[in-house]
Amino acid sequence: MTTVALPTRRQEEWRYSDLEAVASLWPLPAPVRIDVAAGESAHHHLLQDAGEGVAVVHDYAIAIADGGRCDFHVLNIGGRFGRVTLNVTLGKGAHFELNGAIIGGGKQTLEIVTAVTHAQPDGTSGQTIRSVLGQHATGSYLGSINVARGAQRTDAFQSVKAMLLDRTATANAKPELEIYADDVKCAHGATVGELDKQALFYMASRGMDPATAKTLLLKAFVAGVFDDMADEAVKETLEAAAIAKLEALV
Amino acid sequence: MLTIENLSNEIDGKAILKGLSLSINAGEVHAIMGPNGAGKSTLAYTLGGRPGYAVTGGGATFLGKDLFEMEPHERAAAGLFLGFQYPVEIPGVSNLQFLRESLNSQRRARGEKELNGGEFIKLAKEKAALLGLDMEMLKRPVNVGFSGGEKKRAEMVQMGILDPKLAILDETDSGLDIDALKTVGAGINAIMRRPDKAVLLITHYQRLLDYVKPDFVHVLAGGRIVKSGGPELALELEREGYAEVMA
Ligand SMILES: Nc1ncnc2c1ncn2[C@@H]1O[C@H](COP(=O)(O)OP(=O)(O)O)[C@@H](O)[C@H]1O
Ligand SMILES: [Mg+2]
Repeated sequence: MTTVALPTRRQEEWRYSDLEAVASLWPLPAPVRIDVAAGESAHHHLLQDAGEGVAVVHDYAIAIADGGRCDFHVLNIGGRFGRVTLNVTLGKGAHFELNGAIIGGGKQTLEIVTAVTHAQPDGTSGQTIRSVLGQHATGSYLGSINVARGAQRTDAFQSVKAMLLDRTATANAKPELEIYADDVKCAHGATVGELDKQALFYMASRGMDPATAKTLLLKAFVAGVFDDMADEAVKETLEAAAIAKLEALV
Repeated sequence: MLTIENLSNEIDGKAILKGLSLSINAGEVHAIMGPNGAGKSTLAYTLGGRPGYAVTGGGATFLGKDLFEMEPHERAAAGLFLGFQYPVEIPGVSNLQFLRESLNSQRRARGEKELNGGEFIKLAKEKAALLGLDMEMLKRPVNVGFSGGEKKRAEMVQMGILDPKLAILDETDSGLDIDALKTVGAGINAIMRRPDKAVLLITHYQRLLDYVKPDFVHVLAGGRIVKSGGPELALELEREGYAEVMA
């Protein structure tokens, strides 16, 4: 294996990382390859729920051939450092859909880093990320979209929303666009918010204890991420893991 | 049931209630009327424990306990219900989820057994029917996309399910047409007109009082109760206006 230099903070895709944890894992193994053949569709998911204190990186390289479709669901909640990267290339008329949730507390550093390349015309991609961060956790989404010359009629969106439970938690959201075609639609939105105080008082006025009320609001906040999962059993597993993590946080 | 003594409060450093006293016994219905900005909603929110509504003087006891020593959710578990002038929307949380969690939180706090899914649905159906609210509405997120009138009906369904001892209803009649007013009025009577319960109606208009007959009527102005009387006081206010009656 060739030695690659350790990443530094100057590199955009490592800017918010836990570089000490990264060093302990270096060099990283080759990414997991996912190839979706022309016209096929594929469903993948990752539940990153590594044990306490563990550092882990999951790298994926995804190629979706013409007219193919890939749906990816990620729940990133475990370990002291949990990084998930998806490097995606889309063929003509291909579609990529990422739905991800990051839920972190303590001193966790959790990140989802994507690089989506629309290499051919008529490709579409959608990325929806919801983060809930408490205590001293850092949650980051870095998503670059590259639209190649000639990849006309590309349609890509990124929707990133974070909820901070404590002032000491940090959310980073960095959508980046590099567009070399002219007939392209790219939409992105990123918000950081706190739990709705009015809603919390309304719930309290009906007798709900604060922990139950917060958990219910947070469940509603992340619920949409798993809505469209094809496999009911996997969906239930991810939802249950998300709820358990939320309950531990509030 | 509720005794408020010389209550004063502040919002953002601004004094709103200025020494308000009021006593409500079990079995009674009281109405508070008063001009806009008098402090009626402030009174309701302060009793409910809304953050930011600081008590600066006086106190209140509810069923023998110091009301202001309790957290908002503890007040509800003790039997207090606040009907909101502007019910809050909660996207992503269905009315049924919201109410089941609320009721079971209250029951846990009182050391009672929680209701299971079936028992809860049965109760919800019964109360929705009483208020003429379609069960389908209860499957939707709390107050999201509800009309003004639907929100008020939904709040009364909440009251029916939670079965409080004291209901403070802040302008529950606003946004209701005549038919809805009748239904809501009848609902309030059915749920709350009991010897062991009491109601505090906050309203601008006589019309709700045609359906829910008050035993006492109070005029709130400038952060205090400035006049109290029987049901005839509401009629007098309607006829002559606040300025005349308070003069
Ligand atoms: N959040 C707030 N911040 C500052 N002042 C407020 C706030 N809410 C109400 N007030 C003021 O308190 C007074 C009483 O308001 P309110 O209790 O809503 O009156 P009512 O319900 O009788 O119409 C008004 O002067 C109003 O402007
Ligand atoms: Mg008001």
